[in-house]
Amino acid sequence: MAAIELRDVRKAYGQAEVIKGIDLSIAHGEFCVFVGPSGCGKSTLLRMISGLEGITGGQIAIGGEVVNDIPAADRGLAMVFQSYALYPHMTVRQNLSFGLENIQTPRAEIAIKVDEVARMLQIEQLLDRRPKDLSGGQRQRVAIGRAVVREPRVFLFDEPLSNLDAELRVDMRGEIAALHRRLGNTMIYVTHDQVEAMTMADKIAVLRLGKLEQFGAPLELYNRPANLFVAGFIGSPKMNFLSGQIDAEDRMILRLESGEALALPHQGFAQRVGAKVTLGIRPNHMEAAVTGPVKLAVSAVEQLGGESYVYGQTASGTAITLHSPGQTRIGLGDVIQVAVPTDKIHLFDSETGLSLRMD
Amino acid sequence: MGRTLAFLTATRGGARLHWTDWASYSYLFVGVFLMFFPVIWLVLSSFKTEADLQRYPPTFLPYQQQTIMLDGHADPLPLFQITDGEHEGKILAQLRRVGLRAQMVDPADPETRLTIDIADRAPVERFTLATENYTDLFGRFNFLLYFWNSTFITVTATLIMLLTNSMAAFALSKYQFRGRTVVLLLVIGTLMIPQTVVLVPLFLIVTELGMFNSLWGVIIPGAATPTGVFLLRQYMLTIPDEILDAARMDKASEWKIYWRIILPLSAPAIAVLAILAIMWRWNDFLWPLIVLTQSENFTLQLALNSFQGELQTQWSSLLAMTVLTLLPIAMVFMFLQKYIATGIASTGGK
Repeated sequence: MAAIELRDVRKAYGQAEVIKGIDLSIAHGEFCVFVGPSGCGKSTLLRMISGLEGITGGQIAIGGEVVNDIPAADRGLAMVFQSYALYPHMTVRQNLSFGLENIQTPRAEIAIKVDEVARMLQIEQLLDRRPKDLSGGQRQRVAIGRAVVREPRVFLFDEPLSNLDAELRVDMRGEIAALHRRLGNTMIYVTHDQVEAMTMADKIAVLRLGKLEQFGAPLELYNRPANLFVAGFIGSPKMNFLSGQIDAEDRMILRLESGEALALPHQGFAQRVGAKVTLGIRPNHMEAAVTGPVKLAVSAVEQLGGESYVYGQTASGTAITLHSPGQTRIGLGDVIQVAVPTDKIHLFDSETGLSLRMD
Repeated sequence: MGRTLAFLTATRGGARLHWTDWASYSYLFVGVFLMFFPVIWLVLSSFKTEADLQRYPPTFLPYQQQTIMLDGHADPLPLFQITDGEHEGKILAQLRRVGLRAQMVDPADPETRLTIDIADRAPVERFTLATENYTDLFGRFNFLLYFWNSTFITVTATLIMLLTNSMAAFALSKYQFRGRTVVLLLVIGTLMIPQTVVLVPLFLIVTELGMFNSLWGVIIPGAATPTGVFLLRQYMLTIPDEILDAARMDKASEWKIYWRIILPLSAPAIAVLAILAIMWRWNDFLWPLIVLTQSENFTLQLALNSFQGELQTQWSSLLAMTVLTLLPIAMVFMFLQKYIATGIASTGGK
């Protein structure tokens, strides 16, 4: 079993704290994605789990055993690096065999395992080449193969697809997901790309500035973001935010910065009279309607045929995106009214950024 | 071969030679002359006899006076062409010379002794290689012993140096530890201390350690060089850390990372250092001169030096041994010189 527990894990370089106490528990066999903007500490956290980076506080447990003081080599993990980190002076076969040689696997067994992995990843015909003679996608496969061949308890992926072109990235994404289904191992995958996170993960951990913002299943994060950051980070195009203040007399009315008034749902949110709040709504939940309360000056329209995007600004200058299936008749320069369905909205406290959702 | 020729006769293009062609070729010829004339002169001189070497004006090619064996004489007699007087045109052999006259015989009539003015004759000479200069080295002098000493010192010192320097460079380039920069600066700082300054303390240490008059006394003190450490460190900095991390994840020990990953990947820099080390050790003179006093421990350089006595210098043997000493290092350089340029270029060193 290879469940992973992080308990108040911290990391500081001198005075600078980069990981500020993270609690996380990943069940055996789960595909967990660490996502966040660059510099959020997601790669550092992965390296801390791998053992390549020491920790300055807390505990890391793998399979129930605290591994704080166990060196990387003995944690039974395998890692795929962003730059692939293949050994340039070895052939693909030697690259794959190196780890097995280090644990004194008999020669014949190494050959069998390498061939098996090569067949699985379709790199059999590349076994005698050197990394410099391979394309990016092939190197990626070899790097994954090198991790798979050792049959580790846990796979760690550090932005493995970021050096590939868009098309190949989609293919490899599918292959890694398929690999996870076939092997059933626990996998931790680091990316800054929320699409990758959404498509591959069983669980997503959103990190920012060394802190865990939210941890949960992809749709949970999408549907019930815990705070403004997660709401803005997960989902493409980004969620629209409208800030305003709850009306002094009636807590069911939100007065926007632009002056318009919006009716709020009667329950589900902790609304305080006079509180400054931010309303979030996804672009596909907003729609143009003559009776809609929010006025929008259209600044750009993208017609993709099957779907269309309308970009505009409210009277107070907040940028808003509308996403609708099919084609739209809205044109550049139009001023339209937009409806905000109250059952689709999210409310956040403007000061703390936390969701006001009550359940 | 065809490509070499094409390269050597390359021109700027066009049917006629451009003036830049003339300029570059004359420049190159001057360069070749300056570089190679001394070497060619050395090689040709090493085939001259001691007498030929003393001749003034010197000749370019080695010549030897012809001799003849006559009955009744134990030694071969030198031959002369008579240029004037009664016997003009004949070739006579000299029996002995007395002042300005010489007693000579006609090889065809060895019984009749003739007296010839030495101004009326010229030696009969022919282009001959004095190969005894070389054979003597093996027979009369123990060339092979000196060659072995030099080779042993060069090979062992180079291997030890590559091992220690690359380990130091690995640590200084790939490990984070307190005082790393200080250590590096100390290593580089030693470059500023001339070897002559530490000669005496070094000698005392070597003597204390009982390595005086032993080949190890030459090998060990030179095993770590700041230049080598710095050169290798600069190169190892270019090896991505992720490869090392990957190896660690692959359960490789630190030694294995050094041996299987770092060393092969540093091969170009190590080749450069190997060439430099071989040249340094092979040509080293001052330190071996101090440590090695018994002739059975002499290196080639010391043996060469011992040919130069206070009163007399045995030029023929000296030159021949110089040529033999040059050969291995020239070979090493010829085969490995292409690594020097690429290696130094990629280390970002000087």
